Amino acid sequence: MSARKDYGEPIREMICISCPIGCHLQLFKDENEELVVKGNRCPRGKEYAQEEFYAPKRVVTATAATADPDAPRLPVRTDKPLPKEHINDLISEVYALEVKLPVDRGAVLIENYRDTGVNLVSSLTLGK
Amino acid sequence: MQHVDVAVIGAGVSGASIARNLSAYQIDTVLLEKETDVSFGVSKANSGIVHGGFHHSTKHLKARLEIQGNVMFDRLARELDFPFKRSGILVVALKSEDMKYIDHLYTQGQENGAIGIELCSRDRMFELEPKLNPDTVGGLHAPSGGILEPYRFVFSMVESAQKNGVELMTDFEVSKAEPLSTGYRIHAADGRSIEADYVVNAAGLYADRISAIFGAEKFEIHPRKGEYYLLDRQTKASPEKVLFPVPTKVSKGMLVIPTAEGTVLVGPTAQEIDDKEDVATSAEELDHIFDAARKMMPVVSQNDVITSFAGLRPTMESGDFYIDVSDEAPNFIQVAGIQSPGLTASPAVGEYVKNLLKKAGATLTEKSDWDPFVSKVPRIRDAGPFDADQLVQQRAEYGNVVCRCEEISEAEIIEAIRRGHTTLDGVKYFTRAGMGRCQGGFCSYKIMKIIMRETGLSHEQITKRGAGSELLMGTL
Amino acid sequence: MKELEYDVVVIGGGGAGMSAALSVREQGFSCAVVEREAHLGGILLQCIHNGFGLQEFKKEFTGPEYADEFIQKVRAEEIDVYERTTVMSLTPSDDGHESYCYSPENGVMRLTSRAVILAMGCRERNRGNIRIPGTRPAGVYTAGLAQRLVNIEGYIPGKDVVIIGSGDIGLIMARRMTWVGSRVHAVVEIQPYPSGLTRNIVQCLNDFEIPLYLSHVISRIEGHDRVERVEITPLVDGIPDTDQSFYVECDTVLLSVGLIPENELSKAAGVELNPQTGGALVDSTMMSNVPGIFACGNVLHVHDLVDFVSEEARRTGAYVAKYLRGQRPKREVRIKAGANVRYVTPTRLNPAEPDKLYMRSLVVKNHAEVEIKLDSNVIKKTRKTHVQPSEMLSVKLKKKDIEDVRFTDDSVLEVNIR
Repeated sequence: MSARKDYGEPIREMICISCPIGCHLQLFKDENEELVVKGNRCPRGKEYAQEEFYAPKRVVTATAATADPDAPRLPVRTDKPLPKEHINDLISEVYALEVKLPVDRGAVLIENYRDTGVNLVSSLTLGK
Repeated sequence: MQHVDVAVIGAGVSGASIARNLSAYQIDTVLLEKETDVSFGVSKANSGIVHGGFHHSTKHLKARLEIQGNVMFDRLARELDFPFKRSGILVVALKSEDMKYIDHLYTQGQENGAIGIELCSRDRMFELEPKLNPDTVGGLHAPSGGILEPYRFVFSMVESAQKNGVELMTDFEVSKAEPLSTGYRIHAADGRSIEADYVVNAAGLYADRISAIFGAEKFEIHPRKGEYYLLDRQTKASPEKVLFPVPTKVSKGMLVIPTAEGTVLVGPTAQEIDDKEDVATSAEELDHIFDAARKMMPVVSQNDVITSFAGLRPTMESGDFYIDVSDEAPNFIQVAGIQSPGLTASPAVGEYVKNLLKKAGATLTEKSDWDPFVSKVPRIRDAGPFDADQLVQQRAEYGNVVCRCEEISEAEIIEAIRRGHTTLDGVKYFTRAGMGRCQGGFCSYKIMKIIMRETGLSHEQITKRGAGSELLMGTL
Repeated sequence: MKELEYDVVVIGGGGAGMSAALSVREQGFSCAVVEREAHLGGILLQCIHNGFGLQEFKKEFTGPEYADEFIQKVRAEEIDVYERTTVMSLTPSDDGHESYCYSPENGVMRLTSRAVILAMGCRERNRGNIRIPGTRPAGVYTAGLAQRLVNIEGYIPGKDVVIIGSGDIGLIMARRMTWVGSRVHAVVEIQPYPSGLTRNIVQCLNDFEIPLYLSHVISRIEGHDRVERVEITPLVDGIPDTDQSFYVECDTVLLSVGLIPENELSKAAGVELNPQTGGALVDSTMMSNVPGIFACGNVLHVHDLVDFVSEEARRTGAYVAKYLRGQRPKREVRIKAGANVRYVTPTRLNPAEPDKLYMRSLVVKNHAEVEIKLDSNVIKKTRKTHVQPSEMLSVKLKKKDIEDVRFTDDSVLEVNIR
């Protein structure tokens, strides 16, 4: 029986969302400060944990105000996942927008948000 | 200072009936209601039954008024356009011992003059109601019993009263009364006040408090809670007639009621409680309802439930109505303890109180131009396709079906709002929008928007049923 | 009264209706779509979050984007779209069906068609359906109604929220309410496992540290005028343990406790329903017991992915075209839900034209197997990495799966999960 390394208490626990099984992952740091992942049943679990630990990102969806009382809110989204630390600030900026109609689906409303390369775009063609 | 001849406190079924009766005479009447709309207390949550005149002995005032009230409904329904049907009532005996009690009810009904009442064999019971429990041994049939929509009845009576000059003041919670040389100055909690020569106390659960405020008789109103389940109109358990079990000492028992609008009501339970605001339902009581209803009609199913609710009945120690001129406070008339059969009795209560006012010295001269009719609101659901097309041509909003479950159009909702029903519940009780199987899941945002548009209220001001029940908490 | 004739009338212009109409039109038949709301798109328009279209478009769309893909296609085709129009009744006529359609613009219209596709979607189960005791204050909303209020109308229904049920709409609304500045204090789920996708548990609850109470129920709603608090009770061995009940203060309760196909119109037209799904009982061509009335999408059975709805509706449109050409299956055998299976849709198989079967599991299991048997002979086995009741499964039956099998008129196809 091979000796199992004891990493002590995990530094984070998370559920892998790469597939519906939803492995419960435990994350540890080894002596070289490298991330060690336990509990994954396939390599995708390790990749997921790496990204989720070092650079978690989310697609943000919300609505922005329009001046049209018949369609007061325009659905909007980020065109790529945004680093998590920017989400709250972006949402505040979305709520401060007032979009002029008509607007096309995909129209860029905020470009390259804080140099992340992520744009905020319209989710719907509205006002046409 | 506004001065009227008569102030009626409480716009429930009794107060509304009294006000409408008085509207036929040359006197100024005001109807004071503490809630935001009429019929928002006891009168909105009850069984909606016109009783058949066999449950009580005529030594009680309530039984005498029940019998008088029962026969007045056909005319009222024609005048006031509320859903009403003489469906008939069955009392179901499930064991042979029950038949003794059925015999007693029959004899009492005969003595009371209940029209058409009959004793039924088992076969006769199944002929009248095929879905009964096979264990049924016989029962009682009272064909003069019926069903109605209680809040619609109250709405129509108040509307009729208003049409004939009665003033309605809502959100008027009576907090203080000062005796004047004749009559009283009545103060509301919000600072408004009004003077009246005569006062009628029809305050339902709070009749004891109102009596105390005016220095009249001391008594206590005890709330008795009744919980109900409402079943979808497509339920298999829809009887033709109201089904009663053999009654118990406290209540008439739990019923299966085909409502005048096609849904089915099962209940009520009967619990004595202390808190007059406690209309909460409980899991245990709701379970009893199904057990009891299934005994009479086994096809009653929990799968058909669309909502549950509770109502309170204002009861007094005597068990009877207390309707009389006060001995303690001058020009003050008590209308208290109006529990079951208060709805059935209400048309007669209106007459009775009018006569008491005369006895107390009020001069009542008939109006020559009294109009007993209210204008009907056509309903898209009741119109066939050709008539519906005509309705839409006249008013485009008839073509916008807002409530899909009960098939209520925008035109009907606008009409409710224009007649003063400006809360979500008020619109619901007037039109039935939101009362069906989705319980407003699809339509309530639409109704909120229509209320805002028609009344000019902001999103923060629209409520479910008055101040405190605001629906929305801000905008994005 | 306006009267118009079409080959096919599609009732409902959401995900199912649009896809079915495009498919009918592609086969060269005339088609009308009747939509009660002001715009095509259905509930997708209020689902502003992402996660749609991975199967259908191999891209991750939001609900409005997914709907827009179809809306643009429908607009580009010769399909008559009647918006703000409600079908109030559906009745048989000499040569097909009559749909009576009400709208402010056109009054009452009678649309006559040889075939009708039911695509009305579903409604949310509400408080009455799950019988939560307590008072009846303002502030109790279904999650979908709250979603509409926030995402389309721009209103905030409440500030301190408890969500009942961990279905996907409830989870999505937990995140949405947080992002509009409200606080979500708890999500309460009666089952010992979440009803929604794991991804939504992670991104909508865990990201915001919203507690999820599994095997708990809301045992009481309290509040006189507006919701003031809820009582939460844990289930111990499936039974509420009231000794451990606790209260959470809140002003709003959102319910995400399941969906019910909206079939009142269908029932009134004589369509027989499957008590398991609440949707029509359909044959191998998605046709109900009423000849010429077909059903697809959430009105047939509640799907968890709109991608599957689009796919099912497209097949339904193709079957309708065959029906209109007089092509009917020569033989059909019954399909039965077997061990650990809640239901299978459709409920008939045409041996000459095997097709996709959709089903739901009764059990939660990793590494399961869907086993298809014909008259007690196993004819196909499909491995599934994970099954759970909230995730719909599909198995594609191919010609080669059944070419060696002998069918009789009494044959039964049984679907089991092992």
